[in-house]
Amino acid sequence: MAKYIGKRLLRSLLTLLIIITIVFSLLRLMPIEGYFQNYEKMTTTQIQVGLQQLGLKDPLPVQMLHFWQGVARGNWGESHKYRVGVDVMTIIAGKMPLSLALGMAALGIALLLGLPLGILMARSASSKWKILDRFGTVFVVIIQAIPSAIYHLLIQFYGSQLPGFEMFFSAGKPITWLLPIFSLSLGNIAYYAMWLRRYMVDESNKDYVKLARAKGVPSAQISRRHVFRNAFVPLAQFIPTSVILTLMGSLYVESLYSIPGMGGLLVQAIQLQDNTLVQALVLIYAAISILGLLVGDILMALLDPRITLGKKEGGR
Amino acid sequence: MAVFRLKDSKTQKLADSLESQVRREFTEEELFQFAPYDPDAGERGGYSGYSYWRSTLRAFRKNKVSMFFLWVIVIMLLFTFVEPLLPYDKEPNTIYHSEQVVLDLFTRQPKVDAEGNVVVKTDLAKDIKPCKEFWFGTNVIGQDLWSQIWQGTRNSLFIGFAVACVDALLGILVGVLWGYVRKLDFFFTELYNVFDNVPQTLVAIIISYILRPGISTMIFAMCLTSWLSTARFVRNQVVIIRDRDYNLASRCLGTSTWRIIRKNLLPYLVSIITMRMALAIPAAINNEVFLTYISLGVPLETPTLGTLVEAGRKVMSEAALRYQLFIPVIILATITISFYIIGNSFADAADPKNHVN
Repeated sequence: MAKYIGKRLLRSLLTLLIIITIVFSLLRLMPIEGYFQNYEKMTTTQIQVGLQQLGLKDPLPVQMLHFWQGVARGNWGESHKYRVGVDVMTIIAGKMPLSLALGMAALGIALLLGLPLGILMARSASSKWKILDRFGTVFVVIIQAIPSAIYHLLIQFYGSQLPGFEMFFSAGKPITWLLPIFSLSLGNIAYYAMWLRRYMVDESNKDYVKLARAKGVPSAQISRRHVFRNAFVPLAQFIPTSVILTLMGSLYVESLYSIPGMGGLLVQAIQLQDNTLVQALVLIYAAISILGLLVGDILMALLDPRITLGKKEGGR
Repeated sequence: MAVFRLKDSKTQKLADSLESQVRREFTEEELFQFAPYDPDAGERGGYSGYSYWRSTLRAFRKNKVSMFFLWVIVIMLLFTFVEPLLPYDKEPNTIYHSEQVVLDLFTRQPKVDAEGNVVVKTDLAKDIKPCKEFWFGTNVIGQDLWSQIWQGTRNSLFIGFAVACVDALLGILVGVLWGYVRKLDFFFTELYNVFDNVPQTLVAIIISYILRPGISTMIFAMCLTSWLSTARFVRNQVVIIRDRDYNLASRCLGTSTWRIIRKNLLPYLVSIITMRMALAIPAAINNEVFLTYISLGVPLETPTLGTLVEAGRKVMSEAALRYQLFIPVIILATITISFYIIGNSFADAADPKNHVN
């Protein structure tokens, strides 16, 4: 296991290196307005001198070398538009904890609501309460089919009209945390409910469940002790996907509720065309999603003793 | 489960009808009659007349809900092309003006100038609610929403179809090569392992940020990585059926690789690919809305559902102007839900297991 994890870690690192290289070279094509505060008023020579000073006239490999040297020293460059002259890492570090807290809360809520919903749907699928399964399926279909941008918007719109709720986020008021967290977790709730139901229905048609039923084990116990435990294992591989879903959702939700987090920052940086900030944020997001996939793989291996990922065909 | 239940009821019905045939009372006349001779019947062999596509279509047509949504999409698509040809149609980008009678401040009567004409002030026809003149109202600068929405629907559907087509084409091409040609397997697998780790939205953001905004940029940005997962999917299917006996036999008989791919492998994949295409369209439209929101969308003079939703979002705090948000949202939701349901029920219909009836 340790060998597998080590290998997987090394591979992720390599992937990250390749991706950063590609993203870095791609971002050299960015509009050069993004490096200057008052681009419109500058003359061509001023712009050229400015670019020279920023080291953007150097050949690409040299730029890359400078970038890596900077990153190794913890220097990711300075913001050019958002907060002029401030190190981008200082800006991002101030915003990261909030995004992390929101994302974690959303994931937790998705698991807390999605898993019981899946169990409920699976159990009612074969009983007289079929209507519950139908309702659950309709909910899942709606959440999956409607663009997330739309339902985030509608939740903000109608949710803020409820008494006590507010349209925008303020860190001091706990009630303003509810709507964005709920919005973020909704997609994952549907996702978990759908797949857990599917796996549980598959699992409950197997022989060992029939045997347990024939022995007279109460059905609640069967679904808790046998069906759920076996159906949960493949769900672990969805955790990375849901981390990525939450990350991408946070881009939209954070700027919608004007939450001062990382997702909102990326949107703002794009709108302001602040190149260094965009670059740093894109790299961080790529790193987080690669990490998420890694954690998901390891988690699956830990949860299910039957899976040995060390094999050549294993993994994703 | 449903399949088994269907089978059970079918066999029961067959048994019942056989039994009733056996138990039937025959009259004297019927019992002593020459059976007619039919030479065609003698020629008829054991061929079942089963056609995969006919069975798939029949199974799909049986599903009333998805047929309904299919008609919704077809009619909507046709209408987006017919709408600009309708009489009294308005240009989507023209800014309209309305004339208002100026009231006298004191008498509250229409002002009259020296020649006795009523004084008229021209103003932007902005934020007019849906009425006879503007069926869906006008937006904040006085453009007709009816024509904007239908052109936007056309553009959005175009983006969706284009992305789905490129996705399918590249995905199949690369996927079949990846699966069938063993030498390429390593290269493509490594490529996939690297790029699958990057969220698609992030790639789309970078590309739209670097290139000039426009429909083609958007399509390019969305296609750039989405075909990888289709290719992976096709590859897995090809690997499964690559070494089946019938392919081995074809190879032994000297069939060219291209012909094996075309005749042996692709027909097996068509249904799965169709389903993936149907599901790729709502995903592309979803991405478009998101990219527009973070101001990386298409320029404003080409309306899409994304730009319309975004324009509506900006005015949603005013209760009187919410129609500008809700009309595009409703159309957008109808399109995505339709494609989702069509895609899923097509997958069910294409499964030969569901053809037993």
